[in-house]
Amino acid sequence: MNDRQLHDEIERYLSGEMSREERLAFDALRKDNAEIGRQVNEHRQFIGLLKQYNERRELEQRLNAIHQEIDVHALKEELTIQPSWIVTLWRNHHSKISVAASIAIFAMLATLFFTGYFNGHDSNYTQLRMQLENYKRSTDKLNKSTDALLHDIKAGKRVIEPAKFGGTGFALTSNGYVVTNYHVVNGADSVYVQDAAGESFHARVVYTEPQYDVALLRIDDSTFKSQATLPYTLKRAESDLGEDVYTIGYPRNDVVYGKGYLSSSTGFHDDTTAYQVSIPVNPGNSGAPLLDAKGNIIGIISGKQSLMEGAAFAVKSEYLLKTIKNMPTDSVNKKIVLNTKNTLASLSRAQQIKKVQNYVYQIKVYSH
Amino acid sequence: MSKLLKGSAPTDSEVILGILNNSEVVLERLYVAYFPMVLQLIINNNGSTDDAKDIYQEAIIVLYNKVKSGDFELSSKLKTFIYSVCRRLWLKRLNQMSRFDGDIKDFQDHLPVEDEVEKQTDRDLQFTKMESALALLGEPCKTIIEDFYMHDRSMQDICERFGYTNADNAKTQKYKCLQRLKKLFFQHN
Repeated sequence: MNDRQLHDEIERYLSGEMSREERLAFDALRKDNAEIGRQVNEHRQFIGLLKQYNERRELEQRLNAIHQEIDVHALKEELTIQPSWIVTLWRNHHSKISVAASIAIFAMLATLFFTGYFNGHDSNYTQLRMQLENYKRSTDKLNKSTDALLHDIKAGKRVIEPAKFGGTGFALTSNGYVVTNYHVVNGADSVYVQDAAGESFHARVVYTEPQYDVALLRIDDSTFKSQATLPYTLKRAESDLGEDVYTIGYPRNDVVYGKGYLSSSTGFHDDTTAYQVSIPVNPGNSGAPLLDAKGNIIGIISGKQSLMEGAAFAVKSEYLLKTIKNMPTDSVNKKIVLNTKNTLASLSRAQQIKKVQNYVYQIKVYSH
Repeated sequence: MSKLLKGSAPTDSEVILGILNNSEVVLERLYVAYFPMVLQLIINNNGSTDDAKDIYQEAIIVLYNKVKSGDFELSSKLKTFIYSVCRRLWLKRLNQMSRFDGDIKDFQDHLPVEDEVEKQTDRDLQFTKMESALALLGEPCKTIIEDFYMHDRSMQDICERFGYTNADNAKTQKYKCLQRLKKLFFQHN
């Protein structure tokens, strides 16, 4: 029996096509010949696998057909656990958010670095002092820039219009005493004062009190005539916080009015000789009178703190009075007789200014 | 966390009887009833809807074969059984894809079903081999084999279909084809 015949027999045997006799004979053959028995089993299993494979395919097709009917998309929407919106946002945009955050952090650090934040908080202090020094230095520079004019002065010419100026001063008496800051006239070779009308007079520094930053000048120009009685007085008592104050000065070539209030009873670095005033002032305002609402002089504008909002400083009138008292009187200096009658108290602010500005001078300083 | 799943599920005994009787209606009701549960499991554990379909169909086939072979005992709810099989299959798949992060979000109770899944996997392997052997077999052998052994057509039908002059020639052809198929199938071992 060849393979082909054996195969046919096995198929007939397995499909039950054999007659009873044939079957018995084949059973006997299977038992005798182990190889034939193995082949029968193998064939049966293989055919079985083929049939199961077919069943599986059919089942899969049926399942696929059923699956087609289901709206998977809608179910998915319904069954997906939605993470909170912030998580979704992060998942969708985390790269963009990271980049933005990096840039923001970098920009912030760069800004802090370039503004000197990392140099420590002492920088605030040094910068402030620098600022004041700069302020003084710029005054010096102004002085130097006018050197060229000295020649003309020595030649006897009147210098009416120097392009730059050093500060402000105000009349102390009607006979030519003028007060300004020490730092305005410090190192000066000659000093001129110019009144509101634009007339210049030569003045001499007669006394200084550097620790109060006060200088007393006297107009010694022959063209100067005594003025009318001063409308204001010097306040002897200390002024109170919150008091309404104003100033008139020469930060530019014309008189400028500034209004503010007394914000502290001590000045820069707790200086008890000065007030802190919240008032707009600029270089050139130095030496300007600080008046209260009634027109009393309560101080002399002396400087400001650039990094602090609205912090200007004024020497208290009390120390101006001390300076006047300390001034030695001799034959050259006439005795200072202070005005005791205030004629401004009942006037409106505009009228007060109109009167006061005649006694406020622009101080021009020349030096080598 | 888990949402209520809609649809009127057939009772467990209905399903078993239906499978034994090859009821199309019961199969469909079964399929529709528990698919959302499995979809929920898969898509909330890093899977897609297609993954859910594959896994679910495999689980239905496991159940189907188990019922057909007669060794299915209603020791637990069908729902739990299906869920457990799907869960097991999905964990396996995740591991194969190295996407398993050691944490799976569960929505139902589940049973240990490792044996069922292993059995199924072995069988799947055989079927895959058979599929590729058949694909390699080529025509007309493939159709002859499919017609005779899988679709139970008679030799006479096949003879007419392929234009063989007599049944004997067809039988010879079928024999040769089967031998080749066996060779291809066992080659893969």
